Amino acid sequence: MEFMRPTTLAEALAMKAATPEAVPIAGGTDVMVEINFDKRRPGALLDLSSVAELSAWDLRDDGTRIGAALPYARVIAEVGERAPGLAAAARTVGSPQIRNRGSVGGNLGSASPAGDAHPPLLADGSTVEIASVRGTRTVPAREFFTGPKKSVLEPDELVTAVLVPAPRGPQQFAKVGTRNAMVIAVCSFAVALDTEALTVGTGIGSAGPTPLRAVEAERFAAGLDWDADLPESAARRFGDLVAQAARPIDDVRGTAAYRRHALGVLARRTLTWAWAEYRRSGCA
Amino acid sequence: MRVRVEVNGEQRVADDVWEGESLLYVLRERLGLPGSKNACEQGECGSCTVYLDDVAVCACLVAAGQAEGRRVRTIEGDGLEEVQQAFLETGAVQCGFCTPGLIVAAHDLLRRDPAPADPDIREALAGNLCRCTGYEKIMDAVRLAASRAKGRAACD
Repeated sequence: MEFMRPTTLAEALAMKAATPEAVPIAGGTDVMVEINFDKRRPGALLDLSSVAELSAWDLRDDGTRIGAALPYARVIAEVGERAPGLAAAARTVGSPQIRNRGSVGGNLGSASPAGDAHPPLLADGSTVEIASVRGTRTVPAREFFTGPKKSVLEPDELVTAVLVPAPRGPQQFAKVGTRNAMVIAVCSFAVALDTEALTVGTGIGSAGPTPLRAVEAERFAAGLDWDADLPESAARRFGDLVAQAARPIDDVRGTAAYRRHALGVLARRTLTWAWAEYRRSGCA
Repeated sequence: MRVRVEVNGEQRVADDVWEGESLLYVLRERLGLPGSKNACEQGECGSCTVYLDDVAVCACLVAAGQAEGRRVRTIEGDGLEEVQQAFLETGAVQCGFCTPGLIVAAHDLLRRDPAPADPDIREALAGNLCRCTGYEKIMDAVRLAASRAKGRAACD
């Protein structure tokens, strides 16, 4: 096995181009588990932990650019207010030790349908920045995932950042698991209110081959009366539509039926919380 | 490959390290520091918690090469004695396997928050499993260490 240690992004991209089969590693919270358990023996590891630009974040006109290897703990502490949905999801990741190492780039790179970062990125319309020696491109998070653990990422490409738009309203995230820490989501849901456009974004996690949007639920929520409190019947309808949008399977963590039911509950609750926050903030 | 790493204030060199090897393996099997425990090897149990450049991490999830040129502090290192003493005095050690990781995790909590509320302690230790289920004594230990640290200007 080869161990590659680039110190700049340009160097990392050159190495990935020369050795496309190299497995990128940053926090190691996915990759090392596979290696420790002999589930994977990559020919090369591409260690991104010394590439400073991947662990940085900066403000853009339209939002925040979060480096792919910025650990969740720093996402929470440093950009929590600028990416509230993502930060809420980040707080549910693993344990302190895992949040000190794991990062959004790793979540995207693994492209597990259960990745905690994914639903908020779908809900708030975030963009994934991808680079290779051929150049840099951006892909909406909503178009990034192509199947279970599959994405639009080409073999010579690396996820370099996510671009999170400046929040234009309350965002919420909720997740079902067997305990309050160290769980892979049974299902999860993110909602983002845009109180300027009067629209609602959604993201479903761990209840389909990829993270999913609930398009019908979004359409329904956009038609709500934004000058009034949220009727309970509307919250329920929203939950039902989210449940219908899911495409869950039975697996070790839960049954499809349970996931669909729980998602409806999560969607109803998170929309209710977000709507109450919106009404309290007086933007009505 | 060769890995050079500062461990507990000392420059150490490990040779013939396999590229897929974890920092934990290097510490225990190559550098003679068996204090950090090897249990789940998937970041679930926290028994291998160490400081890497002053950040608490599971050593089993750090590739050895990622520690090159960095600073590691293990349970054998200095500065953890007060938390360790609190664990001893409260009987928070049963079989002892989870103890090194819990002491590092508790120390990490107390330097960030010298007076944590119980829910904060529980959340900070959520990544450390005790199979003897001695969690109540462990809570006592962290409360005791916190009360002792309170009178001091800084922890660490």
